[in-house]
Order: sequence, then structure tokens, then C-alpha cells
Amino acid sequence: MTETTARPAALDEIKIGGLGASRKRVEDDRFIRGKGNYTDDITLPGMLHMEILRSPLPHARIKSIDTSKAWEIPGVHLVLTGEMMATRNLAWMPTLSYDTQAVLATDKVRFQGQEVAAVIADDPYIAKDACDAIDVDYEPLPPIVNPAQAQADGAPVIRDDKEGQVNNVIYDWEVGDKTGTDRAFAQADVISKIELHYPRSHPSPIECCGSVADFNRATGKLTVYMTTQAPHIIRAAVAMVAELPEQMIRIVSPDIGGGFGNKVPIYPGYVVSILASILLERPVKWIEDKTGNLISTGFARDIYLQGELALRNDGKILGMRMHTDADHGAFFADAQPSKFKIGLMHSTFAAYDIPAAHLTARGVYTNKAPGGVAYRCSFRVTEAMFFQERMIQAAADDLGMDQAAFRRMNFVKDDDFPHRTPFGFLTDSGQYAKCLDVGLKAIDYENFRKEQQEARKQGRLLGLGISTMTEPLGAGNSREYDILGIKMFDSADLKVHMTGKAILRTGAKTQGQGHETTWGQIVAHELGIPAEDVTVEEGDTDTAPFGMGTYASRSTPVAGAAVAMVSRKIRAKARKLAAHLLEVSEEDVEWELGRFYVRSAPERGVTIQECAMAAYSNMPDGMEPGLENTAYYDPPNLTWPFAVYIVTVEVDPATGVWDVLKTVAVDDCGVRINPMIVEGQIMGGLTEAYAMASMQFITFDGDGNCVGSNYMDYLLPSAWETPGFELHSEVVTPCPHHPIGAKGIGECAAVGGPAAFVNAVMDALSGTGVRNIDMPVLPDRVWEALQTHHDVSGAPPVRSDS
Amino acid sequence: MTVVYDDLGDEAAEEVPMRRIRFTINGAKKIAEIEPRLLLSHLIRRGVGLTGTHMGCDTTNCGACTVLVDGKPIKSCTMLAVQVDGREVTTVEGLASMSELHPLQEGFKQEHGLQCGFCTPGMMMAAKGLLDRNPEPTEEDVRWALSGNLCRCTGYQNIVKSVLWAAEKIRAEG
Amino acid sequence: MYPSRFRYEAPRSLDEAIALLRDGGDDAKVLAGGQSLVPMMKLRFASPELLVDINGLPGLDYHVAEPDGSLHVGALCRHADLEWSPLLKSSQPTMAAAAPVIADPLVRNRGTLVGSLCHADPQGDWAAVMLALGGSVVAQGPSGKRVIPLTDFVTGPFTNTLEHDEIAVEAVVPAARGLRAGGYLKLERRVGDFATCGVAVAIETAPASGTVTRAGIALSGVGGATINATEAAAALTGQPLTPGTISAAADRAASTARPKTDHRGSAEYKRHMVRMFVARILNGTAPTAGAAGAAGKAA
Repeated sequence: MTETTARPAALDEIKIGGLGASRKRVEDDRFIRGKGNYTDDITLPGMLHMEILRSPLPHARIKSIDTSKAWEIPGVHLVLTGEMMATRNLAWMPTLSYDTQAVLATDKVRFQGQEVAAVIADDPYIAKDACDAIDVDYEPLPPIVNPAQAQADGAPVIRDDKEGQVNNVIYDWEVGDKTGTDRAFAQADVISKIELHYPRSHPSPIECCGSVADFNRATGKLTVYMTTQAPHIIRAAVAMVAELPEQMIRIVSPDIGGGFGNKVPIYPGYVVSILASILLERPVKWIEDKTGNLISTGFARDIYLQGELALRNDGKILGMRMHTDADHGAFFADAQPSKFKIGLMHSTFAAYDIPAAHLTARGVYTNKAPGGVAYRCSFRVTEAMFFQERMIQAAADDLGMDQAAFRRMNFVKDDDFPHRTPFGFLTDSGQYAKCLDVGLKAIDYENFRKEQQEARKQGRLLGLGISTMTEPLGAGNSREYDILGIKMFDSADLKVHMTGKAILRTGAKTQGQGHETTWGQIVAHELGIPAEDVTVEEGDTDTAPFGMGTYASRSTPVAGAAVAMVSRKIRAKARKLAAHLLEVSEEDVEWELGRFYVRSAPERGVTIQECAMAAYSNMPDGMEPGLENTAYYDPPNLTWPFAVYIVTVEVDPATGVWDVLKTVAVDDCGVRINPMIVEGQIMGGLTEAYAMASMQFITFDGDGNCVGSNYMDYLLPSAWETPGFELHSEVVTPCPHHPIGAKGIGECAAVGGPAAFVNAVMDALSGTGVRNIDMPVLPDRVWEALQTHHDVSGAPPVRSDS
Repeated sequence: MTVVYDDLGDEAAEEVPMRRIRFTINGAKKIAEIEPRLLLSHLIRRGVGLTGTHMGCDTTNCGACTVLVDGKPIKSCTMLAVQVDGREVTTVEGLASMSELHPLQEGFKQEHGLQCGFCTPGMMMAAKGLLDRNPEPTEEDVRWALSGNLCRCTGYQNIVKSVLWAAEKIRAEG
Repeated sequence: MYPSRFRYEAPRSLDEAIALLRDGGDDAKVLAGGQSLVPMMKLRFASPELLVDINGLPGLDYHVAEPDGSLHVGALCRHADLEWSPLLKSSQPTMAAAAPVIADPLVRNRGTLVGSLCHADPQGDWAAVMLALGGSVVAQGPSGKRVIPLTDFVTGPFTNTLEHDEIAVEAVVPAARGLRAGGYLKLERRVGDFATCGVAVAIETAPASGTVTRAGIALSGVGGATINATEAAAALTGQPLTPGTISAAADRAASTARPKTDHRGSAEYKRHMVRMFVARILNGTAPTAGAAGAAGKAA
């Protein structure tokens, strides 16, 4: 116990790396040295390598598979086919959406790139040689590449493996008030309609998916190092599929080279590598190549919209109607809360005060890879908000109203919170109009409109696009959210050692978001332990508390909250220790950052570090020693960040090429733990928004061939094409229910950004009669729109001469 | 050095053409006995055991595999390992000297130029190639020089700042 | 992404290289930059039995202007050497415009102009440039050297007229007799993308009158092979450059294009872009190199 005559100066929270500190990242130290530990960096003794043979056809019956030549190649240890998997009941596996998915094809292949066989060999070169030596006899079937084809008369049933499946429809789902909405439309002065396609995209982190499966026959334990954003979900699924008990399964998610939702689902490659390791009793490494990643793993979007807004002449939105057709690929494998077939699509229009709304959604099977929920989508909120802002833009145009004024008049007002949306979401906080003001000022709105008019006279096409949205982040409360029946809480385990240093583990899994840096900042805030004294670990199911992983921007809202709560539990115990050390009762003890002191004698105090030491060496009678605890956090609600994205562009009418002039982002995500990291997330999201708006998509030709299954055709913008971004953080509306007032942020710019770019190009084309050009807004599409004055669709199949 | 293989009873294993090369990597001299088809990136990652050079695509687009060969930044996935016979290879692990970081490494940390870290080694090696050629690049020069390296996380803005930070530090240190 | 097995030789002299090719059978390929060949081998679209690596051959990395005014580019001269070449910037506008937009900066450190010509990709940039300039390839074989005009060099997609035991050692651009002008514009969605269309224009004008004394226009990416728009070029020759002659040449060039409608755009759009690019280069209003979505790098 320390007795000092003068009260020590209070700790500076920024200096110790607390909330609001743009602390440099802990994880950088190893990455800049090339000492990251990604899945492909892992080598275990005796390790073998696996390659997958994929189907070249999008839809075909498998007549026979001859693997004999593959077996003969020196260095080949095992060749697996669907038939062999079937003898172990592993040819099919359950998906996260209660469907089944083929692990290795047995009867048919149902998308180009589907896994057909696997070879395990001494090295991947040999495994690839052996894959080439496998002879598969296919009988082609007609391919289906869009929902219209899927539902056409006489369309082949893709999922003829499912009993009772007589067509290609997966589900019909609806939410909202049909009667009230119909009434609103009947009373409308103007009805604004728009139809468009949000094209198939792919998260495409630079690092592909992979696993190193290691089954130890002597101990009976299965260890799998793998690229997963949710190691505990994987452990639960593997326990189900491999019929191994959970405590004998260890999933280790090491460093992940980007996730963006691509590394949430369970892929056949993981399952096959696990089985191979069990059969061969050696570690088996499977690292897919980029083609495998793009053609077969969890894609994003591919939804068709029919949207309508019922409007009053003065601009008030009376009602909203939306129908979506989702192209799910060959298996319904969406990773999303199980109650919602189309994710959180019904969060659409949450920022606007709309009396009545109705959403219907249909999902269909097609001959494409399974997925749909990925790519910074917050569970389909990317679609919800893109559709919303395209509909808003069209409505303002139809009314002849200014784009900003139309949004402003329909926003939920600051004093309307808490606000119940027509689809049942409860938004709780925001200053939407203020954010819009900041954005309009930053883009110099009035002047731009003048410039735009002047430029028109010279035949130059300038355009401005606005996108505003609030989105639900932080799935989610246990009443409504679960994956495979497991509730979507999260967790934090904090152990404070006797010198006051600590180790923190959570159920989240960082893939670049900087958790090793930011979680320490929350502990610093709550306990006054310098952030650099807190080591953060995630991703090993043997040591991490049970959590549902990191995706859908849920970590700060849920795991971050758990970090705050466990820190508070620690502080509560430390308070007792402090009282003991200060020889006063607990009621007389006050807390300031890092220190307990006697209220009536503030110079008498003990640091948190002294309390920690006491927890191991000087406990009061009856107190359990140690200063460690765990918290599980069930969020009461989602968090609701708000954003305004404004983009200006110039379109060259002669070529259709458009350049971004300026991009302004105003993000209100409540309290920012680490402003530097928050800005990094926003810029990353804006780049993806720009990518989707300008060049990046996956499509299919009339024969079902995938266009965009490698980086020659799936275009990611480089530093040369990507514009610069001006970010604004002036507006901070804390989350009322989050322990530190923080909201999610990681996906906001990918959710709200694309519409800003598209709206800008459409604004440049206003007056030409063109209402919509599907993303990506490629130069040839812009040119075609300018020639024909018609909308341009980008839906598959790709047009060709033949 | 003892190497042990599985004997799977195949005669044909003897016929694999192997080639012996000598090269320098991060200042260390090496000898390798390799198949001609081995890619340079695999020689670096699996042969030498330096896993800082990453592989992110299969069509020579992403640049995560960028290393220096005789001082020039190239994509190691598109060079055969046998082609570095007699040459000098520099990878990210060769940037720092003893315990001191290269200004590029410092710059990436200072300016938050990385998030998941997967593209970072390639970015830094491409940037090193730029700074070796042009010690006073403009932002445009940096974006142009990095246009063969893809990043998904950062949006490039901080990567550019990181490189400019490093350029300034190198100039300041003479 | 793992090539099939092959034999590999790294000769130290040109004669040795030629001998290896002579004895190597039909399925041997020369490896220079490897930036087109190795990617194809990794996807197993190409599986040569023997690779003859010429990177060790001395004295082939030059690009020089000879006293007679012709430009000679050696087999191991890299795209990057040309991108940063003061010689090109001052005397070869079409080439200087093309060099920066070949692939990306890292590929340019390895890839070679001569190798690119030999690869004969219909979407390759250098073939269009060299056709427009009236260039040729110098091949060396067991019986010596021969000069092959570009017009004869490519016989189809990815096929050239080299004998199996010949190596292309040099590309030659003939001397100009007038003032050189021209450029190369490429429509790509992103750096490193294949060209949606590429247009090379190389003209020479009489210094006094401004009359076009020589013209070459060639197109990449808008047909099964690089297109030599000879009629369009002929329409310019002997004329002054006026909006009328430029427009006529642009129209002619567009009509010789044989683009396909695909995910890069409609045939109509590509033809339109050919017309646009020819006109822009001749009007001098183009940026010196073009990439969709962002201005190309200023030379």
C-alpha cells in the first residue's frame, strides 16, 4: 500500500492508449517484418498437400470417375471421390442455412468449379499432376444462370437430390404490412419505380482459403489450422459432421489475410482435408488457388430488385414496397442468422420515417457457387441500402426535388428516437441531418450544382451522388438472432497477472481490423492498465472463450462490449482489494483511471497494479485469490451507425469513361476506440464500394461459364484507379446501450458507398432518360445508355455475338 | 544433410529432372537442388523457409509475391526458381538490418498502411524498387509504381502516405 | 498454378541456344521475360517439353538508335527499360506512349518487347505499335539471320513464323524520313487488364508542308489477330492533317476492326472506341497513354 503526501496526477487516457487514442498497431510489428503466421505459412512434420479437382461444366451428370492413373503417380498418397466420401456419410454436409451442400460431387455437378475429387500427395505440384490424370465422364445438362431461367417452364431441377424439391425455388419470405402498404400506394400522388440487379461480387481477400488438418491418432485429437473468421462455429460444425466430441477438436485461426465474410462458411476443402488427415494419420494442408476461391467460395449479392415508393407531392414518403429475387447458387449456404432467409434486407429504409412498408423475397437455385451473404454485407444490408438509395434517387428525380432536400425531409429526426421501423427494427440514436450538413458542406454542394450547370452548356457531364443510411450492426440479441441455433453473444476472458500486466482473449477473430490493438484500449479505458501491458489473443478454440466470430461488423458492438464488461468485473473485485489495502470500507473508495482512492483523503490510494499484486499475495479473508474473469455479452439491440457518402464525377460522353472528382464520407459510428483504425476501415470499405461501382463483378455466359473466376477478369482496382477519400468524424452520437457508446463501423462504407458512386454517374446522365445502369457502371454501359437513352442491365448471361 | 523420402515403390521417381542452382537471398548464399518447374515464390517460402513473401493469385495480378531480384521488384510467382541461379534475391525479411527497421517498414506502421498484412511485404518491396530509382516520388509516382500490387483492406491512401513517409525519412537521414 | 514438368536449359551463348532448339524437338519454347509464357504454363494452357532460357545470353538488353536512324531493340530489353527511356521519349512517340501501359510496373521489369512480339497475343500492345511503325523482327537460326517484317511475322493467334530452331534476337523500327508523331491509346478497365481495344498510330510528316508522308495504324484486341489498318493509313498518306482527313481515317480504321461482343462491351462500342482513339491521337488531344477510369501516366 502506498501512502503519499500529495495526490498523484491523474493518468492521461490517451497517453496510456485508452479510448480515442490513435494507437499504433500491435499486429504491425510482425507483419512488416514478414513474420505473420498465415495458414499457408504453417508446416507440420510429415505434412502432405491436397489439391482439388473441379468441374469444368456448370451442370452435368457424372457418369464415371476413373482415378487409376492418378493413383499411379509417384508421391500420391490418397485420391478421394464423392463415392468414397459417401461410404463415410461425408459426401454431403449441412449448410449454415439448413440446406445440404455437396462436399465432393456424387450424382451431378451443379456449378462450374464444383469440387469433384481430391488428391493428397507429397507436394502440391504432384497433387496437381494427379488431378490432371483423373478422368471424369460428364453428361452435360442445360445450365441456369439467373432466376428467370430457374423459374422458366421446363427448367431442369438443379436440386434433384432433395426429396420433395420439384422446382428451383428455395423459399418465399415476406415481412411488413401488405394491407397498410397497399393503402399507402392507393393514396399516393406519385409512385416511383425502379428495377435493377445488384451483381454477383466476391469478397476476394488477397489470401485464399485453406486448412492444415492434423489428426493425432494417439491422442484422438483433431487440430485444424484454418482460415476462419469464426473458429467456434467451425468447431461446432466439425463436431456435427465428423462426429468427434467437441473437446477433442481444436480449431486454430492464425493470422488471416483478409476475411470480408469469405472465411465464414465451411467449405468442402476443409472437410476433405480433415477426413484425409484422419485416414492418413498425417497433417494434410489444403490451400486453394485464386480460381478456386473466386469460382466456388462464398460469393456476395446477386439479387434483383423491384422497388416502389409511394410519394406525396410535397416529397413525403408514404409507403415502400420491395420485391427481391435472390440467386443463391446451387446450395443454400448463406451464413446469416437462421430466422432471416434474406438476411437483414428488411433493415432497408431504417433511416427514413416511413409509415408503411412491405417486402417480399424469393430465393432460387442456379448453377453457380453457393453463398450470397458475404463481402462486408452486414447480412444483406449492402443490398438493402443500395436498393434504398437507388430508389430514393429515382423518387427525388420523379418528384423534381433536390436530392439532399428529399432525404432531409424524410429522415428520422433526432428527437424521434427510439424509432420503430415498419419492419420492426428499433433504431436508437443518430443525428442524420447534421451528418448530411457536414457532407454537403465538404462537397461544396451549392457551388457544385452551379458548376454542373455551366459544364452542361459545354457538353461536359458532371454528376453528384448522395448515399445516406443507417444500418444494424452487432448481431445480435438472443431473442432474434442465432446461427445453427447458437445464440449470437460474444465473450471476453481477462487475466490480470500479479504485476498488473494482462492477457485478454475474446471469441472474436480479427482479420485486419486491429483487435490486438483496440481491445487493449478498452481495457486501458476501464482499468487504467496501459494498453501496451495488455496482450490480446484470438482464434484458438482451446484457449479463447466461446464466441461467434468476426463478420457483419459485430465485434466492437458485441465482443468489444464483452471486453468492457469483463474489465468492469475485474474492477469490481479490485475495488474490494483496494478497500482491503486502504483499510477502509468499500463505500469509501472512489475510482479514477488506474487508481482507487479514499474519498475523504484522495492522496491515499492504490494503483490497479497494486490491487493485482494483492490478489495473489494479500487477499482479504474469504476472498478467492486471483484477478481473472470472463464475460459473455448478449447485446440488447443492434447498434446503428449512420453515414453520408457523397461523390462527384465527370463522365466523358464520347467514351463512357468516368472519373471520380471527389469522395466525401461522413461517418457517425458513436465513440471511436481508435480513430486511425476506424478511418482505415472506412477507406477500405470505400475502395470496395468504388470497385463494385466501377469494374468488379462475376457474371456468366450463356453456357454457364463463370466470367470473373480469376484476377484477369475479376477486377480489383489498384492504387492507380482508386480515388482519394476525404473522411469526416465530426458527428459522434454514442450508442445508448453499448458499454462504451461504440457502434460497428467496419462495413459501413461498403454498404453505403456503392450507391454514392452510381448515383453520381446517373446524376451526370440526368435528362437523358436513363434511370439505371447496373453495376459495375462500365464505360461501355454508359456509352450504350447515352446512345439508346435506355437503362442498361448487367444481368447474366453476358451478351455475346453468338 | 540427410533427406528421407517415402518409398512408394515407384521406379519413375528417379527420372524427375533436377537442377542445382546457387543464389544469394537477403545476403545469405544458398545452394538448391530443385525441379525446373518450381516457382521462385515456392523456393523462397518452402525451400528457404521465408514465408513473408505471400501468394495471392494464380494469374500474375496481385503482386503479393513481389521480391527484388538483382535489385528490381518482380513477381516471384512468375519467375522460375532456376532463373535466380547466380542472382541476388531480396525479400521482406531482408529489409531490416539486425534489429533496426527499414524506413519503409517504419512508415507502414506510422501511417497505418496495413490491416491484414497479406499484401504488405509485396507493397514494401515494390515501394523499395521505386525509392531506389526515384528518391523523391510524388503521390502520383507512388500510385503508379504500386499499380501492380493489389490491396483489399486499406484503400491505398495510407499505403501511399507510408511510402512518402519513408521517402522523407530516407532523405532526412542522408 | 503449378506448371507441368519440363526440361530446362540455360545456354550461355546464342549458338548454344540455337543448337538446343534445333535438337529439342517441336515442343521447345524460348524463355525470355516469361511474363506471358509462365502464367500460361501455370494454368497448364502451355506445357512445353523444353524451355530454353535466354536470359543468360550476353549483350541482348540494348535499345539503340543506329546512325541510319533506325531503332534496334534487343531480345532482352525489358518493357521497363523502354518506359523510362529518354531516347524513346524524345524520338519515338508511339512507342513512348505504349511502353507505360504494358501490363503493370512489376511485369514490365521482366517482360520484353521482342518476347511480346513472339508471343503474338491478339491483345498484345507491342504488335500493334510495331505494325504501325513498319517494324520487323530479326531472327537468328542455324543458317544465320533473317529479317521478318511484322506484317509477315504473326500468322494467327499465338503463332509466329519463326522456325523451331530460330530465336528472335532483335526488333527493328525503320528510320523516319519525316517528323515523327503519333501515340498509343488503350482502353483498359484497370492497369494490367487486357485491352478492350488498343490503337497505335504512327505518322511522319514533311517538315515544311505538314503533309503526311508515311502513316501506320494498327489495332489490338478487336479481332482474332492484331489488325493492320492499311487502308486507313493510306487514306492519310499524302494529305495534310485536317479534321476531314482525320475523321476519314478514323472511320476507315473502325471499319476494319472485327470486335466481338463480350463482357468487355459490345462490338459496336469497341468499333466506336477505335474511331475515337484514332481521332484523338491524330488530333493530339489524347493524354499520352490511356487507361479507363483514370488518365494514363504522363510521359
